[in-house]
Amino acid sequence: MSALLSVRGLSVVFDGFTAIDGVDLTVEQGELRFLIGPNGAGKTTLIDVITGLTRPAAGTVRFGEQDLVGRREHEIVRLGVGRTFQTSVVFGELTVAENLDLAASFRRPLWSLARRRRGISEAVAEALATTGLAELAERPARVLSHGQRQWLEIGMLLAQRPRLLLLDEPVAGMSLEERSRTGELLTEIARDHTVIVVEHDMDFLRRYASQVTVLHEGRVLTEGSVAEIRADPRVQEVYLGRARREAKDVVG
Amino acid sequence: MSGTDMSVVTEVPDPVRMPPERPSWRTRLRGPAVFAAVAVLALVVAPLLLEPFRLGLLAKYLVYAIVALGIALAWGQGGMLVLGQGVFFGLGGYAMGMYLKLTEAQGGLPDFMVWSGVETLPALWTPFANPFFALAMVVVGPVALALVLGTLVFRQRVRGAYFAILTQALAAAFVILLIGQQGLTGGTNGLTNFFELFGQDLALDSTQRGLYLAVVVVLGLLYLGTRQLVNSRFGRLLVAVRDGEDRVRFLGYDPATVKTVTFAISAGMAGLAGAFFVPVVGIISPALLGVVPSLELVVAVAVGGRYALAGAVLGAVVMGYAKTIFSEQFAGGWLYLQGALFILVMTLAPKGLLGLLRRRKEVAR
Ligand SMILES: Nc1ncnc2c1ncn2[C@@H]1O[C@H](COP(=O)(O)OP(=O)(O)OP(=O)(O)O)[C@@H](O)[C@H]1O
Ligand SMILES: [Mg+2]
Repeated sequence: MSALLSVRGLSVVFDGFTAIDGVDLTVEQGELRFLIGPNGAGKTTLIDVITGLTRPAAGTVRFGEQDLVGRREHEIVRLGVGRTFQTSVVFGELTVAENLDLAASFRRPLWSLARRRRGISEAVAEALATTGLAELAERPARVLSHGQRQWLEIGMLLAQRPRLLLLDEPVAGMSLEERSRTGELLTEIARDHTVIVVEHDMDFLRRYASQVTVLHEGRVLTEGSVAEIRADPRVQEVYLGRARREAKDVVG
Repeated sequence: MSGTDMSVVTEVPDPVRMPPERPSWRTRLRGPAVFAAVAVLALVVAPLLLEPFRLGLLAKYLVYAIVALGIALAWGQGGMLVLGQGVFFGLGGYAMGMYLKLTEAQGGLPDFMVWSGVETLPALWTPFANPFFALAMVVVGPVALALVLGTLVFRQRVRGAYFAILTQALAAAFVILLIGQQGLTGGTNGLTNFFELFGQDLALDSTQRGLYLAVVVVLGLLYLGTRQLVNSRFGRLLVAVRDGEDRVRFLGYDPATVKTVTFAISAGMAGLAGAFFVPVVGIISPALLGVVPSLELVVAVAVGGRYALAGAVLGAVVMGYAKTIFSEQFAGGWLYLQGALFILVMTLAPKGLLGLLRRRKEVAR
């Protein structure tokens, strides 16, 4: 196993405010890595840097043999890095199938897009099946519920057939039932993909995570298995220090 | 993925789980039926019923409808508010005008150059004596300019109102450029006094009728082609760029490319329209392609319905007629009426006349 993603000495500064401060992160091929940390820890910013949305002040991001810093967003996608957003953004005017089809078609030459889509491609059919959205394929995405939108986003990510998937809080705002479905979906996806998941929810973490990286105030606080993380007093301190009782409930 | 476990998320509790709407043959045939009816009206009925003067006016409106089609593509589908289509219209028009002037001059100088004391034909003009070059430039010129402009502007992520203002400024600058080069462009007067096209006398009713029919056919073909594009994957991508450009990047596409290509297509259409305008109306001049005429076409598209291609065509014809009628009655009043209509449509019926027509039909059913 070789490192698929290797972040070294990464720093991000917003108008003098250091959001990320010397972060190192290594993710192996085939890994499912959870990224946790309190609000404002820099989780989303880290994903933004990897996917080209934010330029770092210092540091490198290597993906396989490629250096990602300085590349434009769509180029990074073309190298095989896909992401979802904390607040899902799907194209409401397009049908579910069209959303997925666009995600699946970016490797086609532009001129070939001038043809009408005929039927449903293999990648789209797979994404529909995996996310359970098959019956909604011909409905405009704007009618989807919040949970379904998140699944559609994950489906679009799968349809891209990326080598690395970055999911930013995929279960935020979901009902308990939707959460456990998403968790199973995640386990499913992680079987044959390398995945990084940002997640706040401790309960979710306990059920589906194995390897966890904890970010705090722009730094990596610690890394390890779920059990190690939960036992770590520093994590309890920073992660939920503000609400100790809750910390006991959730972490303990 | 081999182990696609269907049990994972199949039971979706939701209120919207309905069978997909499968359009009945009746609804599917409605579009082609309307298209055929309009084609018969335009190709057969109009030339029979309208006197030559009125047919000429209709030809002019349909020329504008070609520009409108491009605006509907760029703006309605692609979200690019193009306020300077007059530039591309003008490039096409002047290319055609130059060719016509040179064929009439028969190796000599065009009349206006003689009047302004030019002694030798400017180098810019020489290749336009060749009909193939001139006709190619009608489309190639505008497309090339739009490609260069789009690449520069969209790559820098200039969009929204900034892009709109930029195109408008371009139209203003173009007019100044044309007026300033009296000897080269005919200045404020532009190019006029055309007598024949491909050996046909432009003053003859039969020539004008032929031109009218050519405009109808070209508009029809462009409509079908644009429709095809809108319904293609590219069309879906364009809508995605309109609604969420930043998200599209993370689907692996460069929105700048998508927008540039679309902008260039709309520019090409405007150029072609400009070329038709010259023999149909008999003149091309700065006043016909500046900020105001460019804006008027956008207003027409908004009034007709920018989200549907047919709406744009409808808007161009309706507003064209309205302008003619009102200008005949009370000159000057048109500008205010047009402005009022625009505001009314944008606030009350964003989908325009076509949206209103369609809604009535749906209510009636
Ligand atoms: N574009 C920006 N400009 C200025 N500050 C920013 C910007 N983006 C993020 N920040 C700041 O950087 C810090 C890290 O933000 P980030 O969104 O990465 O946190 P997060 O760990 O994803 O938090 P959350 O759990 O709330 O999503 C925060 O303090 C945030 O206010
Ligand atoms: Mg975040």
